This record gives sequence, structure tokens and C-alpha cells, in this order.
Amino acid sequence: MLEIKNLHASVNGNEILTGVHLKVNAGEVHAIMGPNGSGKSTLAQVLAGREAYEVTAGEVRYNGKDLLEMSPEDRAREGIFLAFQYPVEIPGVSNTYFLKAALNSVRKYRGLAELDAVDFLAMVKQKMGILEMDKTLLSRPVNEGFSGGEKKRNEIFQMAVLDPKLAILDETDSGLDIDALRIVADGVNKLRTKENAVVVVTHYQRLLNYIVPDVVHVLVEGRIVKSGPKELALELEERGYDWLKEEEQVKA
Amino acid sequence: MTKENDSIEQLTNQEYKWGFVTDIEADSAPRGLSEDTVRLISSKKQEPAWMLAWRLKAFAHWKTMTEPTWPNVHYPKIDYQDAIYYSAPKQKISLNSLDEVDPELRRTYEKLGISLEEQKRLSGVAVDAVFDSVSVATTFKKNLSELGIIFCSFSEAVREHPELIRQYLGSVVPQTDNFFAALNSAVFSDGSFCYIPKGVRCPMELSTYFRINAAETGQFERTLIVADEGSYVSYLEGCTAPMRDKNQLHAAVVELVALANAQIKYSTVQNWYPGDKEGKGGIYNFVTKRGICSGANSKISWTQVETGSAITWKYPGVILKGDNSVGEFYSVAVTNNRQQADTGTKMIHIGKNTKSTIVSKGISGGHGNNSYRGLVQIQKGATNARNFSQCDSLLLGDTCGAHTFPYIEVKNTSSKVEHEASTSKIGEDQIFYCKQRGLSSEDAVNMIVNGFCKEVFRELPMEFAVEAQKLLGISLEGSVG
Repeated sequence: MLEIKNLHASVNGNEILTGVHLKVNAGEVHAIMGPNGSGKSTLAQVLAGREAYEVTAGEVRYNGKDLLEMSPEDRAREGIFLAFQYPVEIPGVSNTYFLKAALNSVRKYRGLAELDAVDFLAMVKQKMGILEMDKTLLSRPVNEGFSGGEKKRNEIFQMAVLDPKLAILDETDSGLDIDALRIVADGVNKLRTKENAVVVVTHYQRLLNYIVPDVVHVLVEGRIVKSGPKELALELEERGYDWLKEEEQVKA
Repeated sequence: MTKENDSIEQLTNQEYKWGFVTDIEADSAPRGLSEDTVRLISSKKQEPAWMLAWRLKAFAHWKTMTEPTWPNVHYPKIDYQDAIYYSAPKQKISLNSLDEVDPELRRTYEKLGISLEEQKRLSGVAVDAVFDSVSVATTFKKNLSELGIIFCSFSEAVREHPELIRQYLGSVVPQTDNFFAALNSAVFSDGSFCYIPKGVRCPMELSTYFRINAAETGQFERTLIVADEGSYVSYLEGCTAPMRDKNQLHAAVVELVALANAQIKYSTVQNWYPGDKEGKGGIYNFVTKRGICSGANSKISWTQVETGSAITWKYPGVILKGDNSVGEFYSVAVTNNRQQADTGTKMIHIGKNTKSTIVSKGISGGHGNNSYRGLVQIQKGATNARNFSQCDSLLLGDTCGAHTFPYIEVKNTSSKVEHEASTSKIGEDQIFYCKQRGLSSEDAVNMIVNGFCKEVFRELPMEFAVEAQKLLGISLEGSVG
């Protein structure tokens, strides 16, 4: 589904990604871990098409297409979803209105009929159940006045509505208490199918107890330095990242 | 520069879509302004002597005044002797039905999407269409007159209802009020008059479409609305103007009078030609709008969406004289390209327990400059007066400006005045967030801007709110979703 080859990216002239290789197949969950500043969020943003990041080398194929050639909105319409680490507020625009516009824009792109208000609300109600969302969040402006936990939950709710093929969760666990973490993780698990894939970017192993990854990658200084089964996350939790950095230096 | 900025730029660079000129023979006064011009206008309109005397008094005073320089706007000096002060479409007979209206004129309205027939049949909105300076068609007059409501052109009111005009004309905005009001009082061409009798609730939204058409003709509209005790009226004013090279001066005066327990809701959508990207051409909109809540428990609300004009200079205000009276001001002002706006309101609290609310939203793009200027004055006798003001500015891009000049004068210790202000820039983060959910940048900007204006739009009558969103869309981007 997603194939990243030798991806280099920089922001304001500073190279952040220094040659990322990654392959994600449909039905898989990949976790990307790594110390602060290793480029985890940059990778997520580059995949979503953030213009502030400049791709200087490498290739990204998504379902056979050249992802880097696509505009951010087309990537979204092709089924890439980024759950933001810091979801922004859009004052005066209700969550429902926003989501309906987004969904219909995606549907239009895919040649599907736009949903009317009745069908949309029926669908939304069902999805809200998955995330145990408070109904009042629907009529409130997008993320405005939401608590940190509500914002993160709202991201996954949007994901449920938009039904992406490739979901990238950028530190969705940060700022969540244990109960909220469980609800969000359950939501993600319920949305998993054989056809879609999830990339989970996280600092901590905690989230991976709930969303169990098929592969864990460790990103250090803009490169994936180690990949392994889910147990790798536990090892990282115990040993930290320094030993990997040292290994890297030895290799270099 | 990122693509998001590019797209904002692209959207804000859009040109005025409704620029076209209607080819109708106009009957114009010679260029220039003197006592003779005033007399000519008065005689063209077959006015009674008292009306001429009123105009001449205004003119005499105007000559002693100088143009105000305090607004935060810049424009070349206006040569008042180089303008035409009267222009009327050549139509010798008065009309009984829409069918008699000049077809060319009708086509213009149709281009604007305000076909009178359609208005008449479908929307239930009575339209007093002011084309240049003479009202050419008035609809629904009959239905209204059955309720005792008077809704007609100003000239007609001078002829048919002199007692009301003499009582109320200049009672809120005196001839000597300010430079532009005095000019208007001397040379006003036409406008609308509306009277709602005691206890009557006007059953439809009253509406006037203004359109400046003949080249280089100053427009001096005069509107007077009187709501008698316990009555209610909602009045809509909407404007577009064709493309012009030379700046056009527009100095209107609007007076509202609300007697005890009466309520007036006055809504404006203004989309006059703003000039091209370099600021060439465009309307100078120097307007005096004021209402008086003269009786107890009365209420006046101004709602305005200002997207046009090269320069906007207006402060729709309310004099809260009656006890428990309420004044409201809801405003969206857009300045794009080289547009300048210095706008706000004046709330003058005189009566006890008077309340006022001000919500002002300024949006600046391109090299636009947007200033909010507002006065809240609580006079000595205004016990327990309350005011709440909120001024928000939204910037699109790096070359525009937003300014806030609040003036607060409080002379009563039991009163309470609150002022909130914010300035924000439409964020790259916000646009990217929307795009990541599948929305185009155009839809994203649209959504964010409309969200920003929501508190004002919801004060507009439904059909007008839709139009307002459209106009905002046209001035900033393609279309509103």
C-alpha cells in the first residue's frame, strides 16, 4: 500500500529525514518510535503533504501512485488520514458542518453521491458510538474549547467518518489519560480491516498495549535504524534509545 | 512562500465580478455645486418651498465646513466642483406596473439576480428599486398600504406625506451634523421613506437595491424610517455597482426613529465597486447612519456586511434616549487589495437601563486596511446602562492591516462597559488541517472566514444571510459551500 524509499526531507534548510525506507501493506499496523527530534512527526507531516517540509530526495508510492506529486487534499481524498498531534481550532464552524463538507468532498472525488444531512447524521451517530463521544461535540465549533482528550478523540472520530485506507496517528496518545487512551485505541481497533493500514507514531510503548503493531520501527536522526516485532517496543521501554544511537555510531 | 499563501493570494486577487455599465440615457445636471445646483435639484423634483429652504440651509452650512481628516483612510483630494449632482434616467411618464419599466433597466437587475418580477412573485420582499437617483418601481405598496404602512421613494414622501417628513427629517442627523451629512442634506437626490403605524408589525422584509450607474454622478441617498409606538420593521439594503475608472462619491444619510416599544432592524449588504487591484476607481462610501430609540423599551439593530467600496467611512449609531431601550451593531467589514475601511458605531446611552451590544468583525486581505472606530458614551442619567463590545480582526496574508480605536466615555458610576478585542491571522495550520480532511484551499478559506463572521451572519434575515455569504465569497474567493 505504502512504500517509502530513501526519503530525505528538510525544513528551513535543516535536513530532518535522512533516508527513510518503509513498506506498509494493507491490513498491517506499524508503529514508529524514536527519541524526541528524531523526525517522527516530520515523517507523518511529509506523508500528509505539509508544504513547509521540502522533500529533497527519495520516493513514496501509495497504491501504485506517486504520493509526492499529489496535493494534500488529493492525498486525503485518496484515503490518507492524519490524526494530528495538535488538532487546530476552527472557530464558528461546527464539527458537523466541517465533517460533512470534508466527507462530501472526498465522496465527490471518488465519484460517489454526496450525502444529504439525514444520511450523514445517521452515519455520524453510529460512528460516535464507537468512540463514546458526547453528542454536544457535534454542534460545537471544530476543536474549540475541547479538552486535550476531546480533541484526540475527535480526531479518531473524524477518521471513523472519513474511513481512510491509510491512517497515520501522530502521537495520538499524548495528553490522554488511561480511560481515554483505551477508548481511542478501541476505536482504532474497531476500524481496522484487511483493506486498511495504520501507522502509529508514538513515544511510549503504552499505546501499543492497546493497538498491537505488526512491526515496530525505530527512527533515530531521520532514519529507521531498527525494525522488529512488537516485543521491540518493550525492549525500548526498558533500555531507552541510547543503545541504538550507539549502535548507529559504531556502524558509521 | 508556501502554496497556502499562494492560494490566499489568488483568492484575494479576484476581480469584481459585477462590473458592467447599463446604457440608458441620463438627464443630468451640469458639473459643479452652487446654490443654483441646489435650486435646480429641488425644482427638478418639484419640491415645496420648505424643502428647498431646508436644503439651502444645509448648503450654507456646508460651505463653512471642512472635510474631516481624522479617519484612518487616504485618498486624493475630492474636487466637489468636478462632480455631477443630479442624474435621472429619462422617463417622462410615471409608471403603473413593472411592464412599463425600461427593458434595459430590467436587464441590469436581472444580471444582478434581482429581477423585480421574481422578487414580487417568489420572495415576498417588497423592493423599492433606486436606479441612480430616481425610484423606478415600487412593489407591494398596495399590500403595505392596507396596513397603513408607508413605503415609498423619498420624493414621493415629500409630496404625499409632508407632515411626517417635516417632523422627522433631520431629527436624528441634523443638516449640520458633519461635512458629508450637510452635503447630502443640500443635494440629496432620492431615497426611501418608511413609516410603520402604531402597533403594526410589518409582515415582510422591506428592501431597497441601490445602484450607482451614470458615470461620475455622486449619489446622495436619503433614507428615513419611522417606527411608531409598538411597531416592528425589518429593512434590508443591498448594493452593487458597475465598474468605473473614476472614483465615485457616495454620501448617504440614513435616519431611524423608534418610538416607545418599537423595533427597527436595519440590515445592509454593501458590495460597491472597490477599485481594481491597484486601487484605481472604486466608490468612496462616506455615509452617516444613525437611529434614535426615542421611546421607552424601543430597540434598533444595525447589521452590516461591507465587502465593497474603495473607502468606507461609516458609523451606524444609536441614541438610546428612551429608558430600557436597546441598541445593537453587528458588522462584517472586508478590505481587500487596496480597500480601506474606517467603520464602527456610536452608542449614546441617555436613558436608564439602556443596553448596547457591539460585535465587529474586520477581515483584511491584500493591501487592505481595516479600522474599527467606536464610541460608547454613557451619559450622567443613564443609570444601570450596559454595553458589551467585541472587536475581532482576521488577517489574510502579510501586507494587510487591522486597527481598533475604541472610545469609551462613562459619566455614570452604576453603568457597566465591557470591551473585548482580538486579532488573528488565518493560519497555515488551519488551512492544512482542512486540506488534510479533503477540502480544497478555497473551501478552507471560505469556511474559516464564514466561521469567523458567524455571529454577525446569524443576525441577518435568512435570505440575506445567504446573499451575504455569497458576497463574502465573491470578494475573497470563488464560492461558499
